[in-house]
Amino acid sequence: MNYSKEHIRYLKRLRGKKAGITAGRIAVVVVFFGLWEALTALGALDSFITSSPSRMAVKLAELFSTGNLLYHMGITLAETVLSFLLATGMGMLIAVLLWWFETARKILEPHLVILNALPKIALGPVIIIWVGAGTASIIVMALLISLIITIINTLQGFLSVDEGKLRLFKTMKAGKLQTLTKLVLPASIPNLIAILKVNVGLCWVGTIMGEYLVSKAGLGYLIIYGGTVFDLDIVMTATVVLCVLAAIMYYLVLAAEKLIRRKFKFDA
Amino acid sequence: MEELITLDKVCLTYHTKESETPVLSDISFTVGKGELMGLVGPSGCGKTTILSLISGIIKPTTGSVFTAGQPPEKCDISGYMLQKDELLPWRTNMGNILLGAEIKKLDKQKIREKAMRLLEKYDLAGVEKHYPSQLSGGMRQRVALIRTLVLAPQIILLDEPFSALDFQTRLQVVGDVYNMLREEGMTAVFVTHDINEAISMCDRVAVLSSKPCRIKKIVSVEALNALPPSKRRLKSEFLELYDEILTTMQSDTE
Repeated sequence: MNYSKEHIRYLKRLRGKKAGITAGRIAVVVVFFGLWEALTALGALDSFITSSPSRMAVKLAELFSTGNLLYHMGITLAETVLSFLLATGMGMLIAVLLWWFETARKILEPHLVILNALPKIALGPVIIIWVGAGTASIIVMALLISLIITIINTLQGFLSVDEGKLRLFKTMKAGKLQTLTKLVLPASIPNLIAILKVNVGLCWVGTIMGEYLVSKAGLGYLIIYGGTVFDLDIVMTATVVLCVLAAIMYYLVLAAEKLIRRKFKFDA
Repeated sequence: MEELITLDKVCLTYHTKESETPVLSDISFTVGKGELMGLVGPSGCGKTTILSLISGIIKPTTGSVFTAGQPPEKCDISGYMLQKDELLPWRTNMGNILLGAEIKKLDKQKIREKAMRLLEKYDLAGVEKHYPSQLSGGMRQRVALIRTLVLAPQIILLDEPFSALDFQTRLQVVGDVYNMLREEGMTAVFVTHDINEAISMCDRVAVLSSKPCRIKKIVSVEALNALPPSKRRLKSEFLELYDEILTTMQSDTE
């Protein structure tokens, strides 16, 4: 391609700016951990209370070598992914049903809003008694936290489909199922992706909260255990691992979004 | 001329919690086969409601509507062209054109062949694999008309189909659509609030009052019938008709 000099300069500047931003992002992490390490090394922070990156590294290696870390990571990851899939699947299914049956929707709408406003953690004891102190309780907790908001947001998207396009379908004498599959669902794809993004975060919250309540394994358990025996190295290490896992999952959803948007021609 | 659309003493009332609003009051007119009938009137007077009645989406409170001698909900012979093209961005242009065929479960292959012929005929050959976002406003509106035409309707209902276009594109598309309707021998009812557009496209123009909507007068555009829209605008009769319609619209009494 033959660009003019100005355009080449423009592209260079653009690339320079982008590189600067990436470098800045990395710098924030480096400075954060560097300061943490330096302040504990100098004694300004008590590493017994705050732990420190070097102690976390040692703990990480220790947990890793005993196979403990992978085990706990696996448990939490499995719980999160399962509740994410359940919440998203069930939420969308229920939203479709509520879209289909208007009267049912109108009856249930205020109840959904109230359920959504309820702090779900308050149901913790009830869940333990009903479902048992095990993995099932953790999944139910995560579901409670993400399901209602999934239903509400999905339904909102379904109901805000363009009036003109609905009219087009009406003039073509389309049935309800056709309107759903050929218009409402495809038109809701950008909204559904946004919901996926929110759900990833909520399911992590739900799972960890569930693990705080009942678990005998998982990163949440590790954090609670570390806190109880006052081993801040475990607490901080588990927290950082959690951050990394959540970030990876978020980026996977982001990659899926790009793919879907390209396939369905929704401009990002 | 064979009558394809008949409205006989049609009244329609909308009910809401607050009140009941008479929308249409004693509307009677007929449209012959191959005729282009215009409906002009102030915004919100119930023009679109008349189209909904003809297409069978709604039924009149009293009076009767017939298309090809039958109640419209029993015979699916009308196609709609809306204000915006309403092309679905996630479908290719061909996918959009085939939407009606999919919904009505018609033979897709046959419709596809017909669509290709129409695309070719109206200078859109090659766009079938593209997406609507890659087309200009005028091209999109032509694709939308082809989406209506491939279903082989006997009647086309146009609901202000040009109002979303800019002025220059609009003149162009008015001409294009006029040609397409004439060449396919379509019967059409064309709703607009633009008197110019009504005179340049239609054979007859019904002037409607504001709510409740009555027909104040039906004006014949016979003198210009033989001409395409771009030529009609240059005739002195055009201005006379414009004045006649405008005066009728502005008059408060019958």
